[in-house]
Amino acid sequence: MHYSPVITNADIAAKDENLHLFQYVEDSKQCEIDTFVSRGGYKAWKKVLEGISREDLINTVKASGLRGRGGAGFPTGLKWSFVPKDSPKARYMVCNADESEPGTCKDRVLMERDPHAIIEGMAIGAYAIGCHLMFIYIRGEFDHCIDKMEAAMEEAYAKGHLGKNVYGSGYDLDMIVHTGGGAYICGEETALLNSIEGERGQSRMRPPFPAIEGLYASPTIVNNVESLAAVPHIINRGAEWYASIGTEKSKGSKLFSLSGHVNRPGNFEVPLGFNLKDMIYNPDYGGGMLGDVPLKGVIPGGASTPFLLPDMIDVALDYESLQEKDSMLGSGAIIVFNENTCIVWILKKLIHFFRHESCGKCTPCREGTAWLEQMINRIEAGQGEAGDLEKMEEVCGNILGRTICPLGDAAVMPIQSALRLYRDEWQYHIDHKKCMVKSNFEFK
Amino acid sequence: MILTEDSIAKIKAKAVRYPRKKSAILPAWTVAYRQIGHVDEAIYKEISKVIGVPMVEIAEAATFYTMFPKKPRGKYLLQVCNNISCALRGSDSMITHLENKLDIKLGETTDDNQFSLIAVECLGACATAPMVQVNMEYHENLDATKLDKLIDDLKAKKD
Ligand SMILES: Cc1cc2nc3c(=O)[nH]c(=O)nc-3n(C[C@H](O)[C@H](O)[C@H](O)COP(=O)(O)O)c2cc1C
Ligand code: SF4
Ligand code: FES
Repeated sequence: MHYSPVITNADIAAKDENLHLFQYVEDSKQCEIDTFVSRGGYKAWKKVLEGISREDLINTVKASGLRGRGGAGFPTGLKWSFVPKDSPKARYMVCNADESEPGTCKDRVLMERDPHAIIEGMAIGAYAIGCHLMFIYIRGEFDHCIDKMEAAMEEAYAKGHLGKNVYGSGYDLDMIVHTGGGAYICGEETALLNSIEGERGQSRMRPPFPAIEGLYASPTIVNNVESLAAVPHIINRGAEWYASIGTEKSKGSKLFSLSGHVNRPGNFEVPLGFNLKDMIYNPDYGGGMLGDVPLKGVIPGGASTPFLLPDMIDVALDYESLQEKDSMLGSGAIIVFNENTCIVWILKKLIHFFRHESCGKCTPCREGTAWLEQMINRIEAGQGEAGDLEKMEEVCGNILGRTICPLGDAAVMPIQSALRLYRDEWQYHIDHKKCMVKSNFEFK
Repeated sequence: MILTEDSIAKIKAKAVRYPRKKSAILPAWTVAYRQIGHVDEAIYKEISKVIGVPMVEIAEAATFYTMFPKKPRGKYLLQVCNNISCALRGSDSMITHLENKLDIKLGETTDDNQFSLIAVECLGACATAPMVQVNMEYHENLDATKLDKLIDDLKAKKD
């Protein structure tokens, strides 16, 4: 079965007490349930069912400081606590494995190489909210991950980790592997829920929030793959241990997908607060700039996060430090580009994506992204005019904060930041009707 | 029926597990797509019967999801990611390379119906760029030698 050839730092993770997500990802046996169990797998799930109350469990996850790894960084334990305790309705735990934010390719590694870790995390999360049917929503293109997760699920049922009366505790837990159909917006939690219901994957108005009224109008929690995979470790080793990793406010470890013009693109697990410059240049991680062409900029958290200039990269990779630089940690997708890259060309790629992926439900996003794409394409083609940049800023301003879901903001933030940080280059493009540098990346 | 017994059994096995019938639409498409390579009205009709959801509801949802081709494509659908991480690693010129090699333009199918070439958005293989997904299968960390071999091997494959 296909196995991604991506580079990981599993060797470092295996030796480091504090790293836990990537410890076994270079060992293909880790997918097999016996190996997983022999390494302590499903121990946390058993421990939970043998006598941890839902309240204690939620409090432990709260105390660990774990925050959502899907992009927004919302505290996981706190989110779980929003599910009403007395609701007579069914509750649902949904693992978000849509992984479609450009630059992001980390959840895929966990699904391919440590699928049981995800199931165990999902199960514990399900128990925390009183759920008896949990879902994993995997993007449809990830054919090999779908097979891996289904196979792992079957094994988990066969060995009694899922199903009726798990470990004789009286707790029933079922699981469904649900597959998507090629739409980035389905990663947004309310669109995802519509998609599971067999509807078009459009976002819902909030309130009601999914924790109150989500899947099938019942209380629902959506969590990212990586967030859930961390949970068993928190149960096994304690909230204090987890909270001791990372920084004062950003706790734990995080997976980063490093792509673009570095010598060693790959997926790396590091404690939050790891230095970005180190990530790019350290031989154990990015290994420096490809062909030694100097750095021009970095998108630190996936395609929807604002840019960093070369003099801004001596920064800790954590929620707060990136915010101080007017950017975001996002999904942890670090996209690096060198001086041979035209900034207008980058934005042309990005806005094409967001326009294509807009679900069309609200006018500012649907129309605004289409205008922005037209304008950027025009400038890129050497037909920009005086006033275009101001017009773009105005359109951005009319989208920001005025849409149903955050996709509108996601489309706008990189544009605003590029207009601010690389103003001269946009102006050059308009004045000279051509690129300052031609992004002509060879394929050979 | 176009769907095989095996596909129907798979769809049914998935469908019964959901609290609501309609939820089985996407999983059913996935099964159909894996078998047939596209999903069109004739398939919606069959799926409608298998999962017991009105045809109109299936067709309604279908307009939204772009992953499943709505009409037959070449035997091998080459889906090149042309989003940012891949583009930084040469996906634009990789597309040109494929256009030249197959003598078709992006969006077209070769005369012998063997290859269709399209550009797609990020496929979650950004750190192994550039890449192409051939039908369901990923091919990553590509260079010209690897890509040529991939295409030549597919051309030579008889079945
Ligand atoms: C347009 C859009 C796309 C998103 N895509 C994903 C995704 O692919 N995976 C993911 O986990 N979260 C994604 N999210 C975030 C989810 O809405 C949600 O916040 C997240 O899954 C919650 O999990 P967490 O708290 O564990 O991070 C996306 C959000 C938006 C607005
Ligand atoms: S912001 Fe865009 S993607 Fe989100 S609901 Fe509105 S139109 Fe849809
Ligand atoms: S940008 Fe091409 S796979 Fe992500």
